Amino acid sequence: MDNKQTTERIDLRKRRLRYEGVFALLIIAVCVITVLNINIGSVPISVKEIARIIFLREGDPTQMKIVWNIRLPRIITAAVLGGGLSLSGFLLQTFFSNPIAGPFVLGISSGAKLIVALTMIYFLQYVGQVSSLTLVVAAFAGSMISTGFILAVSSKLRNMSALLVAGIMIGYICSAITDFVVTFAQESDIVNLHNWSLGSFSGMDWGNVKMACILVGIAGVLTFLLSKPIGAYQLGENYARSMGVNIKLFRTALILLSSVLSATVTAFAGPISFVGIAVPHLVKRCLNTSKPIVVIPACFLGGAVFCMFCDLVARTMFAPSELNISTVTSILGAPVVIAMMIKRQKEKQ
Amino acid sequence: MSDLIFRTKGLTVGYNGKPLIRDIEIEVKAGEILTLIGPNGSGKSTILKSVTRQLKILGGAVYIGEKDLMQISLKELAKQMSVVLTERMKPELMTCRDIVATGRHPYTGNLGLLSEEDEQIVDESMESVHVLDLQNRDFNAISDGQRQRVLLARAICQKPSVLILDEPTSFLDIRHKLELLSLLRDLTRQRGIAVIMSLHEIDLAQKISDKVICIKGETLARYGTPAEVFREDVIRDLYEIETGSYDPLFGSIELEKPEGEPKVFVLSNGGSGIPVYRSLQKDAIPFAAGILAENDIDCSVAEKLAAEVVKTPAFETISREAADRALQLVQSCETVIDAGLTIGETNQVLKTVLQEAERFGKLKKAAEQ
Repeated sequence: MDNKQTTERIDLRKRRLRYEGVFALLIIAVCVITVLNINIGSVPISVKEIARIIFLREGDPTQMKIVWNIRLPRIITAAVLGGGLSLSGFLLQTFFSNPIAGPFVLGISSGAKLIVALTMIYFLQYVGQVSSLTLVVAAFAGSMISTGFILAVSSKLRNMSALLVAGIMIGYICSAITDFVVTFAQESDIVNLHNWSLGSFSGMDWGNVKMACILVGIAGVLTFLLSKPIGAYQLGENYARSMGVNIKLFRTALILLSSVLSATVTAFAGPISFVGIAVPHLVKRCLNTSKPIVVIPACFLGGAVFCMFCDLVARTMFAPSELNISTVTSILGAPVVIAMMIKRQKEKQ
Repeated sequence: MSDLIFRTKGLTVGYNGKPLIRDIEIEVKAGEILTLIGPNGSGKSTILKSVTRQLKILGGAVYIGEKDLMQISLKELAKQMSVVLTERMKPELMTCRDIVATGRHPYTGNLGLLSEEDEQIVDESMESVHVLDLQNRDFNAISDGQRQRVLLARAICQKPSVLILDEPTSFLDIRHKLELLSLLRDLTRQRGIAVIMSLHEIDLAQKISDKVICIKGETLARYGTPAEVFREDVIRDLYEIETGSYDPLFGSIELEKPEGEPKVFVLSNGGSGIPVYRSLQKDAIPFAAGILAENDIDCSVAEKLAAEVVKTPAFETISREAADRALQLVQSCETVIDAGLTIGETNQVLKTVLQEAERFGKLKKAAEQ
């Protein structure tokens, strides 16, 4: 017994060390990529300049403008929304007990995109402008419509792959309608809509940053507070109930939180693919655990790193023309998902 | 009574508001094992799901200690009752220790962090079912037998007064079935936990249970101690056994006997005939068995398997009728098998029977078969 306990202690220490290592790496990555993101661009700014501009708020006025009005808000939104997206994926994977569930594959992002597009067109036509809060509300409504549909399907189909196919179909239908609407709305303001509907972090101002931070921040903290019941739910619904989890309430909370998160992302940056699946998966592998209390914060950081990096690539790879963010996240994220499915299949055999 | 931990009163259970079984009255004391038996689809799981609040109760009440099951919060219930379910879970990247530690869920704070005391309870729970050395293994990488023990450790770790198990032996081979059930037996006795479980194996149910419920049809078919429940007629009726039989003494199950005019006459006593009976039964050869004292172990098996049994009262010299019938069988059967007879004071007449068989050239020794 004593012997066993000592080996167990060693193992616990090893585990803790691993968690700390992963978190340290993620935080370093966040810092490095932030600096790189400010540094690289059509106007390169040296690291020394960056430090001066950010911490002392002094320097060349053009550079000040570029950093404070363009690059910094963009980086922060990329980080916050990336983290939110990854959490949203993690919540949906928990809900459906399926590692391939995510806001994009289940058509939730596309539903949000459709309603946001309709709202934008309506408001620009008849009101003249549209606030970001309105867009978030519209995206939330769209997310909930898609989610409702997915839930209705999942109560009929117990089969997970059928559920995913249904989600992908919803995604196509919503995208098709969005494209249709966007094509026929030829107002000059709506040209922006086209870029947005493909996904991008460009054109963020501080108002957007604040809004995104508040929404993702609240939802993120609530998600973290749910880590205990999420841990119980990982053993299955019935076990969770036997441990005292109120399943109805818990499931509702999961769906609402994941919808708020993916809606916020979609409202500001359009639909972004694969982050929600690839990041939680990679994070769990790195930590070698699925304990929500460590996975949730790591998912947030991981999503932030992933999206900031993808945005950097999107912005600079073929500068001055910019790629859509989804182009980059798909190229990097989809192979992870495929590798994951192959590995899973192998484990089954 | 104060040690009555679990009881139901006029409980009605069913799915979607449709009652399946009515008027269930059960009482379980600390340290007792109650087993639910019955054919597939009879409602064993329905009862278990209802008393764990997975299904809505359609009528009556369930009491844990003095408290009404429906009146207490889920969290309160979780401290009183834990479960081992049939559904196979496939948790991702969780060690066995992680799984067991989830049992502390009802006791930990808002973030579910384990205290030193919780860790000790996890250790102790794993130790008690001998899985402590598996603690760092991935839960998906262990065998079915180990998995059930880890799940049992998880349930114990929840410190329940009532433990509910739904067919805990389902995926296990015989060795692991026995291992699991004897562990359960010990744990129940040591910790004064009341166990309610469903089992498929009636032979094991008879041996481990303090009380047994047979479920079939609208109400409980029978409820009582194993001695009251495990009777040939009760079991035959419960499972509608038509092609075989159940021996309540040994709790063993036999396949259908070969019917017809006996072709072989097996002479044996003291258990030596049983292997011969089984081999004849497998080849579907109708046979007679004799001359068996009524208390002979061969006699009770022969009654299940032989087309005819020549019996004689125990501890007495073989009766005249039995001897006559045996001699007739020697004539009518094609073969007479000596499966290993012990001949003493009271069964001298068997010598004559053997000689007769020898004379007809029908006698074989069991080994020659």
